[in-house]
Amino acid sequence: MIRLGIDVGGTNTDGVLMDESYRVITSMKTPTTDDVFTGIQTIIQQFASHPAVNLEDIQVATLGTTHCTNAIVERKQLNRVGVIRLSLPSGTTIPPFLGWPNDLVEALQPEIALIHGGYEYNGEPISHIRHEELDHVIEQMRGKVESIAVCGVFSPVLQDQEKYVVEYLQRAFPNMPISMSSEIGSVGLIERENATILNAALMTTIRQVSQGFRRALKEAGIEAAIYLGQNDGTLMTGDYAEQYPIFTIACGPTNSIRGAAHLSNVDNAIVVDIGGTTTDIGVLVNSFPRQTSLAVEVGGVRTNYRMPDIYAIGFGGGTCVTQQNESWKVGPESVGYCLMQEAISFGGETLTATDVALAVGELEIEGADCSRITEPVHDIYPLFTQLVAEAVDRMKTSATPIPVILVGGGAALMPTVLEGASEVIRPAHASVANAVGAALGDISGTVEKVYALENITHEDALQQAKEEAIEQAVEAGAERSKIEVIELEDYPLAYMPGNAILVKVKVAGPLAL
Amino acid sequence: MRWLTENDIEHIAVGAAVLGTGGGGDPFIGKMMALGAIDKHGPVKVINIDELKDDDFVLPVSGMGAPSVLVEKIPSFDQLVNPLKAYEEAIGKKVTVIMPIEVGGVNSLIPVAVAAMTGLPILDGDAMGRAFPEAQMVSFHLDGLKPELVTMADEQGNHVTIRPVNGLWSEKLSRQVTVAMGGSTIVSDYGVDGKQAKKSVIPNTLTLAQKIGELLEKRTEAVHPIEKMLQLLKGRLLFKGKAQLIKRGIQGGFTRGEAHFTGMDDDEHSECILYFQNEHLIAKRDGRPIALTPDLIAVLDEETGMPITTEGLRYGARVIIVAFPAHEKWRTPIGIETAGPRYFKYDVDYVPLEQLHEEELS
Repeated sequence: MIRLGIDVGGTNTDGVLMDESYRVITSMKTPTTDDVFTGIQTIIQQFASHPAVNLEDIQVATLGTTHCTNAIVERKQLNRVGVIRLSLPSGTTIPPFLGWPNDLVEALQPEIALIHGGYEYNGEPISHIRHEELDHVIEQMRGKVESIAVCGVFSPVLQDQEKYVVEYLQRAFPNMPISMSSEIGSVGLIERENATILNAALMTTIRQVSQGFRRALKEAGIEAAIYLGQNDGTLMTGDYAEQYPIFTIACGPTNSIRGAAHLSNVDNAIVVDIGGTTTDIGVLVNSFPRQTSLAVEVGGVRTNYRMPDIYAIGFGGGTCVTQQNESWKVGPESVGYCLMQEAISFGGETLTATDVALAVGELEIEGADCSRITEPVHDIYPLFTQLVAEAVDRMKTSATPIPVILVGGGAALMPTVLEGASEVIRPAHASVANAVGAALGDISGTVEKVYALENITHEDALQQAKEEAIEQAVEAGAERSKIEVIELEDYPLAYMPGNAILVKVKVAGPLAL
Repeated sequence: MRWLTENDIEHIAVGAAVLGTGGGGDPFIGKMMALGAIDKHGPVKVINIDELKDDDFVLPVSGMGAPSVLVEKIPSFDQLVNPLKAYEEAIGKKVTVIMPIEVGGVNSLIPVAVAAMTGLPILDGDAMGRAFPEAQMVSFHLDGLKPELVTMADEQGNHVTIRPVNGLWSEKLSRQVTVAMGGSTIVSDYGVDGKQAKKSVIPNTLTLAQKIGELLEKRTEAVHPIEKMLQLLKGRLLFKGKAQLIKRGIQGGFTRGEAHFTGMDDDEHSECILYFQNEHLIAKRDGRPIALTPDLIAVLDEETGMPITTEGLRYGARVIIVAFPAHEKWRTPIGIETAGPRYFKYDVDYVPLEQLHEEELS
């Protein structure tokens, strides 16, 4: 069995083929094209003609892509969305879309309805659903929307009302995609509703992605099951992804962290992904990226959506090095993808980080000529390691030295010794770590739920959350017997007598094939 | 007198999180309510306490309950104004000015939404100068006033009027009503005339929150925003370090716990422990107290200066811990009795921040 992995980044689209023991057979990089797909096609076609590869052996094809992020950021090809909030009589002071960028709202042409419904924190209904209101909403939305988002108060505690409403709507609109908030976000109505709306708006985009990917594979003669990368470092099946496009946002940095873990065979480390313009530093905890706890904005909209904790600095292979008075300044300007034209060592006129690394002998590139470099490179090079070492230190959780894994196209710029690192690992295929990450096959399930401890013991609550997450992972394609718990946390709800806790659990397991 | 702009509200939200000293609820939802109400009903006028007339009737409005409920079950417009209506009905007087009771956290901006809806001005001041967990922890209580009337409302249209005998009963009864109402209510208490408000209100705290927010936003200049914040609030930098161990537990509905930090830079080889009960209450360095409630203790992100709440604090966060002196009303015997370390069951006597800081230096 062979796995095909593709990761679409801002500058490059990377591809990799891996054998059944997850070893890299071949890899390639091609510039990301404006339409995104041409780059993906180029890689698939190239791999299909690889002499050592039997096309029938490629059974799994995974894609990590920026399509959905681009659609939101560029306000392109978004669906007209109907938003139904189950909250009345609560919730009127903050209507849906309050605080959204105007141009994004215009792109969605939303129809909005607040109806009776929602739950208290302990699962008692705020109001029951009223059929006449639902019928009215159906008439309001008919012919005006292409996709619907349903969001009920405290649906992470109890999904029943949301499920009921979704089924009711499906009878009226049999082919309409409907997004349900309890499957998308956690506690925090506004943020969860925002993420659900964005999910609903991406339905056409995600279908084009998964169908386009299927077609490109088929044209190349590859009959593989397709999967899309999520930002938590796990995969979803193509069909599942078509319902949850929002989960593909920001999968790029996650893929490189996961890829780094795999290539280096280390589970806990700092991952430094050096690109052409920036360096992303992430933290690998039990082979998954550490998530940020801060509210995350997507295209100017606040969501409570899961994102890896990344610290980015303006340093990469194309970073410009300039003299300022007596000292040297590193970046943040960069020649980016024009490195091969503009860097001094390649016949250009700009002194870049790559030139300096070549001149001090840390880096070797065929065809590079650093004889024209006259700057004091031995004074400049330590500035690079200092920049990266400081950024690494910022992300560390303790002063104890910890392994640092260098990946990305610029990984070779760094020396093999770094302050604060117990060891510096620059694995083979480091430059395509993100495509490797995309090809790795773990499937996850995540549950975030509030439990009132009057009705259930603390232990039972954790157990129940765990079981639910496992069911979710199995449904998404994981092999039940190999699912493991990755994260399990619980938080008390403050300022409330009568103990209530918020439980967060994440499980993951390999693809069931 | 001035009008609050959308930008002002954004800034107040950030400053309110700093003054929330780790608790008080994320001001985000209050900001959204204020912006939503202004959007629908028009702008809000801010007046300072010098502009109060003796016969004005000033009514505080706040949210009570769990911030984690407030972020799901968002109040209705009726719910926001019902406590005010019930208060007016019970006392037979018209409210002329709205005020925040607690400038720290989400309660800084909920009254702004009420002011927008009613067209009444909002007072630039509050009754805490920070965030505190209990209803009697207000300057009115310190001045010997009783909350003779407490009105509360939920989203269903229920409202409750309580006539408690003192501040402690007010807290006890209103907390139970809040639970029955689903864990989050809108409350009015300590309605006072303009003359009393001038004596009891901690002045200019909305403007203070706004200034803090502005400092943190304009981060391009050479001086670190935390430096400027310390100047503005006459504060002290307590500790620079990384969060290590964080312990949280529930006790009587409050998150009680402690967070341990190991030092960096000048504080290398030192350890700092923060004790919190929703809000940060005590900071100790290598076992010695360095800041004590009611003085304000805030945990700020080392790089951005943005405040981090006790719920948002994570293992590995790189922070600067700062403290600001509480308003003088809190540093009196009754202030210390109401919100000093011993009230929160910590076995240590209150010592002002400045004195602790000097002892630490010598």
